[in-house]
Amino acid sequence: MSQNQYDVIILGGGPAGLTAGIYLARAKSNVLILDTGTPGGQMILTYEIANYPGFESISGYQLSSNMAKQAKSFGCTIKSNVKISEINFGKDIHEIALENGDTYSAPALILATGGRSRMLNVPGETEYKGRGISYCATCDGDFFQDKEIIVVGGGNSALEEAVSLTKYASKVTILHEFDHFQAFEQAVREAKEHPKINFIMESHITGFYGDENLRKVQYKNLKTGVESELSIDGAFIFIGYEANTSAFKDSDVKLNQWNEIITDEKLQTNIPGVFAAGDCRTKQFRQITTAVADGTVAALNALNYVREKK
Amino acid sequence: MTLPTTLKHVASEAQFSEILNENENVMICCGRMGPMCVPVYAAMEELQDEYTNVEFRDMAFDSPDARVIRELPECRGFMGLPFTVYFKNGKVAAATSSIQSKEQITTILDREFK
Ligand SMILES: Cc1cc2nc3c(=O)[nH]c(=O)nc-3n(C[C@H](O)[C@H](O)[C@H](O)COP(=O)(O)OP(=O)(O)OC[C@H]3O[C@@H](n4cnc5c(N)ncnc54)[C@H](O)[C@@H]3O)c2cc1C
Repeated sequence: MSQNQYDVIILGGGPAGLTAGIYLARAKSNVLILDTGTPGGQMILTYEIANYPGFESISGYQLSSNMAKQAKSFGCTIKSNVKISEINFGKDIHEIALENGDTYSAPALILATGGRSRMLNVPGETEYKGRGISYCATCDGDFFQDKEIIVVGGGNSALEEAVSLTKYASKVTILHEFDHFQAFEQAVREAKEHPKINFIMESHITGFYGDENLRKVQYKNLKTGVESELSIDGAFIFIGYEANTSAFKDSDVKLNQWNEIITDEKLQTNIPGVFAAGDCRTKQFRQITTAVADGTVAALNALNYVREKK
Repeated sequence: MTLPTTLKHVASEAQFSEILNENENVMICCGRMGPMCVPVYAAMEELQDEYTNVEFRDMAFDSPDARVIRELPECRGFMGLPFTVYFKNGKVAAATSSIQSKEQITTILDREFK
């Protein structure tokens, strides 16, 4: 067990957290990034990034390693795949305990925990992941050559990926919970006009079933309550993103109705010395550039906060 | 054909046999540079220092030689990248399809290789 004091602790090492790490370490602050997964965050989920200024095109893997390397080169400590057991938001000092017994404390925290794809959380979803259920059309599409698949969701990703999956699948059924789609008109039109695509509206998936591989889905019509089954070989799930804020849900940190962290213009939360940056906070556009900007603003304000405290 | 990761690779069928012959415990992650694969490589990169009794390698799924993984009976029915296979004394001890967390990987490493 070790007790470690820092000037600033950053939760999350995506582009927001890594940028904050770069700024703080470069300003000679003693700074630690704790990530429950892999540094890079959602960037490592991206094959090719073509809208990050300065790089015509770069892989998410490469941009992630560049940012992490840069942060470390200035003296930022990064711990990945940590298991956090407790976060105590104090008056002057905030404490984080890990399951292995290590504790870390700092007068300022930056919450940069980002977001992730939503799961359906229905029976069979975990069991058939990789055996019919996928969250990435580019990765797994070619396993579904001449197969019948279902695409769950009604936003841009769902409709665009459904159309792209028709390259492989013989039949694509889009299942959506509402009677209309939230996607751009163009994406909706393209899906509706596609001969291989048909639709099940106002329904929820209630379970995935099969043998070694996924064979059928069960779904329920939300209007009539009638349950039905559909034989399929694959299911692609694109039901949007959610903020990674479950760790703060029972704390005093104020969240909005979508569980996103509320901040002021300095990116400070309702708790003094606790800042939030990137996709985990309430904001209009969730991009790497905006995450990086948030990381900068949160870091510089955290720096001021710590200096004033000293 | 190899992947642009910092892991050691399996570049050919011949090398695959050599690695299995020379190492008691081998973990090979066969994939592309996609969102389901990269987190597994990243976890392996971190685990290398901790599990010195295991040979960690990756292999490019699209190289013709990767049939040594793709066509394993244990990978039948796999429909998600990456295909990750754990070998004990040259025999398949476990195999998984699609993304796995570091915790899921260490559970298998501890179960099969300790
Ligand atoms: C498939 C895909 C493609 C995209 N393509 C682009 C693109 O081309 N261009 C672009 O600009 N944007 C793109 N985005 C959006 C962009 O990736 C995000 O807006 C950006 O990564 C958000 O950065 P972040 O640092 O806020 O959070 P994230 O990148 O989500 O990183 C958050 C980090 O926090 C960690 N974490 C989570 N919970 C905790 C916790 N409780 N404690 C500690 N750590 C925690 C996670 O492991 C993760 O590493 C894409 C997103 C996806 C999913």
